[in-house]
Amino acid sequence: MKEELQKRVVKGPDGVEFEVEPLRDYYCEALPQVERPAYAQIIEDLFNWARSESIWILGFGTGCGAIEMRPLMTPRFDAYRYGIQWRPTPRQANLFVISGYLSVKTLKRVIRSYEQMQNPKYVVGLGSCTINGGMYFDSYNTIKRLDQYLPVDLYITGCMPRPEALLAGFLDLKKLIRAGKADGANHYAENFAWYKANQKQVIQDWDMPDYNW
Amino acid sequence: MSFDWIKIPQALLTVFVVFNFGLLLNALIAKIAARVGRRQGIPIWQNYVDLIKNIGQRSLITHGVHFYLGPVFRLTGGVGLLLFVPTIYGSEMFSNLSFAGDLILALYFVFFGTLGMALGAAESGHPYSAIGVSRGLSQVTAAELPFALAVFAVALQYQTLSVTDIVAAQQGGILHWTLFTNPLAVAAAMLSFLGSMMRPPFDVVLAPQEIPIGPPTEYHSSYLALLQTNRAIFPIAKIVIYMNLFFGGAASWPVFALKVFLIYMVSVFVGVVFPRFRVEQSIRWFLIWAVPLGVLAILWV
Repeated sequence: MKEELQKRVVKGPDGVEFEVEPLRDYYCEALPQVERPAYAQIIEDLFNWARSESIWILGFGTGCGAIEMRPLMTPRFDAYRYGIQWRPTPRQANLFVISGYLSVKTLKRVIRSYEQMQNPKYVVGLGSCTINGGMYFDSYNTIKRLDQYLPVDLYITGCMPRPEALLAGFLDLKKLIRAGKADGANHYAENFAWYKANQKQVIQDWDMPDYNW
Repeated sequence: MSFDWIKIPQALLTVFVVFNFGLLLNALIAKIAARVGRRQGIPIWQNYVDLIKNIGQRSLITHGVHFYLGPVFRLTGGVGLLLFVPTIYGSEMFSNLSFAGDLILALYFVFFGTLGMALGAAESGHPYSAIGVSRGLSQVTAAELPFALAVFAVALQYQTLSVTDIVAAQQGGILHWTLFTNPLAVAAAMLSFLGSMMRPPFDVVLAPQEIPIGPPTEYHSSYLALLQTNRAIFPIAKIVIYMNLFFGGAASWPVFALKVFLIYMVSVFVGVVFPRFRVEQSIRWFLIWAVPLGVLAILWV
């Protein structure tokens, strides 16, 4: 474990000494819960409709494919008319677009960001790299199959897929959400041990709790 | 003293109308901005969908008691501001809970939400929240000063602290508005208005692309829904005060809608023309340009 994560005594600016235990102080170690639809079907249908019409994407470009998301904000493609927006914080985002190859170093950040998102949350794999490694199939430091590490709802293939393909993919995702089939967050909670084992297999310097919200 | 209980549902009706008006107005302005950029923009009902979506999120986490109270205080600031100020002049139904000294109370409520948000954002523990809220408090403090001076000038001019009386004194033609009888106070207040609308050049509090979104960084699900509700109500409530004090009030809902839209567009127009101020620049700007105007307005009265 890294030195800055060890339990230690810190002297504050006012001269008072106090104990800091970074892993416990900075993270919550509660495990993810399975959250089933809690309301009557008609209300859940309304919520599913709202979820599908208001997709907030986490503004985190994990690979080169992120460059294909920028044109969606421009007049030519204008994703906003479909209720798609970009949010700067994982707390408020619903959709995580894994844009292209994912290096092991980025995977660690992706896992933390994904776990901070609130249920229901969706993952879209963008480009061939998320399916089988794509042109990085023999790379030593990228993951090859995204769905071994995170529950993926939808893949958009191509290298790179054009912005039109992304828009079509988002519209397909809408249909999934509306039908209540995009349930990745609960899938992640149910198969938590399997996902964690896979993640720890590739991430060598694992210096965070198993789950941070 | 007798209290008319029917006033409570009537005041709640005002809140309901203003809430819907605010959601639609925010979407309309976003849509106008999109059309200027040759985009189609969001659907006009998008804010409702976002609100339902956020309420419908299945999980939410908390960082402590103040984290809960932050959005609640913020919304209290917006709703409270609206409740104690007459919305439609001359209408018994939409005069809300206004009373003889409501102008002073309104001044408090303008500040209340920011203070509440400071508690909540500090508790969330995110560094961007702390940065955002410290900027917000310093900027709002500087922006409130010219507004308070302008309000004092208006109160001195009409010799009353009741918003209803101030509106009554401005009736009888456009030249009776404070805008023409005391232009210095209106100028000071409108400069302060720019500072409280969360638009450029004074949007360093939320500062998109810089400290992602500042104070609400950690807020999600229902907390965010509360903040969104406030985002619809608070600007309108604030504009209602400006409309009543400086622009002759509104005698009916269509006049209300028109005046609120036009006053709102002032901040939008300024926002699209000028780039963002840093917080110390904006404080200096308020102290150099707006506060002297406010002092002059009081001297002039």
